[in-house]
Amino acid sequence: MQTLTNRAIPVDRRPMTFWEKMYLPAIAKGMGITLSHIFKKKATVNYPEETRPFSPVFRGLHILNRDEEGRERCTACGLCAVACPAEAITMEAAERLPGEEHLYREEKYAARYEINMLRCIFCGFCEEACPKEAIYMTETFAPSNYARKSFIYGKDDLLIPDPKHPITVNK
Amino acid sequence: MDLMTSFDWSFVIEKLLLISAVLGLSLLIAMYSTWGERKVAAWIQDRRGPNRAGIFGLLQPLADGGKLFFKEEIIPSTANQFLFVLGPSMAMLTACLTSAVIPWGDVLYFGDRAVTLQIADVNIGVLWIMAVVGMGVYGIMIGGWASNNKFSLLAACRGASQVISYELPMGLALIALFMISGSLSLKDIVEQQRSGVWFVVLQPIGFLIFLICAFAECNRTPFDLPEAENELNGGYHLEYSSMKLGFYLFAEYINMFISSALMATLYFGGYSFPYMDSLGLSPNLVTILGICALFLKTFAFIFFFMWVRWTLPRFRYDQLMKLGWKVLIPLALLNMLITGAVILYRQNGFN
Amino acid sequence: MGIDLIIFTVLSAVAIASALGVILSKNPVNSVLCMITCFVAIAGHYIMLNAQFLFVVHLIVYTGAIMVLFLFVLMMMNLNADIEPQKRNWLKYAGAISGGALLLVLVAALRDASVPAIQSGNATDIGLIKNLGKTLFTSYVVPFELSSVLFLSAMVGAVVIGKK
Repeated sequence: MQTLTNRAIPVDRRPMTFWEKMYLPAIAKGMGITLSHIFKKKATVNYPEETRPFSPVFRGLHILNRDEEGRERCTACGLCAVACPAEAITMEAAERLPGEEHLYREEKYAARYEINMLRCIFCGFCEEACPKEAIYMTETFAPSNYARKSFIYGKDDLLIPDPKHPITVNK
Repeated sequence: MDLMTSFDWSFVIEKLLLISAVLGLSLLIAMYSTWGERKVAAWIQDRRGPNRAGIFGLLQPLADGGKLFFKEEIIPSTANQFLFVLGPSMAMLTACLTSAVIPWGDVLYFGDRAVTLQIADVNIGVLWIMAVVGMGVYGIMIGGWASNNKFSLLAACRGASQVISYELPMGLALIALFMISGSLSLKDIVEQQRSGVWFVVLQPIGFLIFLICAFAECNRTPFDLPEAENELNGGYHLEYSSMKLGFYLFAEYINMFISSALMATLYFGGYSFPYMDSLGLSPNLVTILGICALFLKTFAFIFFFMWVRWTLPRFRYDQLMKLGWKVLIPLALLNMLITGAVILYRQNGFN
Repeated sequence: MGIDLIIFTVLSAVAIASALGVILSKNPVNSVLCMITCFVAIAGHYIMLNAQFLFVVHLIVYTGAIMVLFLFVLMMMNLNADIEPQKRNWLKYAGAISGGALLLVLVAALRDASVPAIQSGNATDIGLIKNLGKTLFTSYVVPFELSSVLFLSAMVGAVVIGKK
């Protein structure tokens, strides 16, 4: 048989010599290997205290962005929902009323915008599909929780805080 | 016997204190052996091990114990109720009994009173340990049989035949040691090593055989056939839950501690350490240092037990039996023969 | 009442009760366990006689090895009341006759035996391993070696049967 690489080593099927049959040298060798591992650098990262650095293209939880004046960028076009292979995004559009120009940038906005984080596969297609640069993925990931319901993130979970009008959090 | 007829109350109290100290200590060490085991396993596998409960995870054994206590007690309906409870109790009892004859230190002086740090200095010390170890198999057998589960029964049979098989080479290795020491009292053996060399120098093969047999008697990897998880679903304690399971696990660690102490005593000088009589310290200080030396040696052996567990894979059952009967027993017999020949030669040459 | 006597009484009671348990118990495993208890109680008697070596050898050989094998076999055969074979009548008579004959022999033997004055427990040192070893290997060396030959032949026999 043609070998694919030249690294293959044929199996040695010669009967063991007396020295090998004693097993003790082999055991001592193995023990030496495990002992050396005690002093090696540990692979574990102590998670909550220290975190592993993310790669620049890491895709974590979504946020809904605002523009420079603090208005929501999303216009509820639905392209992200269409692009989503896991069908995790749902939204409901509403028309911007007069006097709400400081809240929404476009004439149409998302009244309800939900992402089911249990369905989301963090592929980033929504980010690519968005024509208004409204949805972005961050470097955080979904925390643990007790109920499945709490993994459906609504607008108040997703929207970044308004830089102009900081809202008071009453929780 | 002296103990029975003359009621020396201070003697009784002294022994009671010693017994409770040794028991408490072995329980404590067994507790922290579980922690140590997990730490050593983690280090060998490039992990960190338990480090959340308390500093360095030192409260982990308490958390584990609390968990075991609060788990549901289950006795299978088809099990033999009485024997099902007797099994873990026997395992725990025999594990604790062995510590009686080990000399934990030399003599401590409180004023005029000399307190020997050994519960019972009987002249059959080592044989007592052999006897109790032999009885220890009942814990496994009764528990495994009473569970009324075929996996438990298989494990019990494995455990019984393993312990009986490995007791023979162990005894033969010890005979060679006794031929040198001329005494079965552990105290005598330590005192001889204190004035001479450690017996591991005189009996390297005997020590090796004893070490291997100690692994087998404690059901530790690579001889943990009775609790082989992948074949027997956990072995003889398969049906046990809560503190009864805890007793079995505890007994295993106490056994490991006692056999480590025994190996340190028999082959590595026990509580004696080099130059202990030429330091010019007060006798009490030397005794305390001796206790520390014994525990240091014991901990080294416990570490060795764990180190082996996380290095070597488990034996196959026929390999285990083959090693015991076809390798260790002939080797031990040969060792005995050579030892006897050398002793004879040194006594009267070739006459 | 001295503490010796109390311990002796308790040990004897345990020994007799467990010995009765061996023959009266329905479950063979319980019988074996009773027998183990009986052996441990008898080992206690050896300690009372200051025969430490005999005590520990009794524990190692009988309780530690032989009874384990008994238990082993019983557990493997899994005997219980359902599959217990019907005892035939002639078996009962045979048992009674042989038991009676044994009793007769024992009584006859004990009648003629003179009880040597037993020294009190503290004074005898013959049970200590050193003295026992010296006695065995000087005065009784021929019977000792003969019995070892007997054991060897038994072992060889077991191997031969096992090889078949």
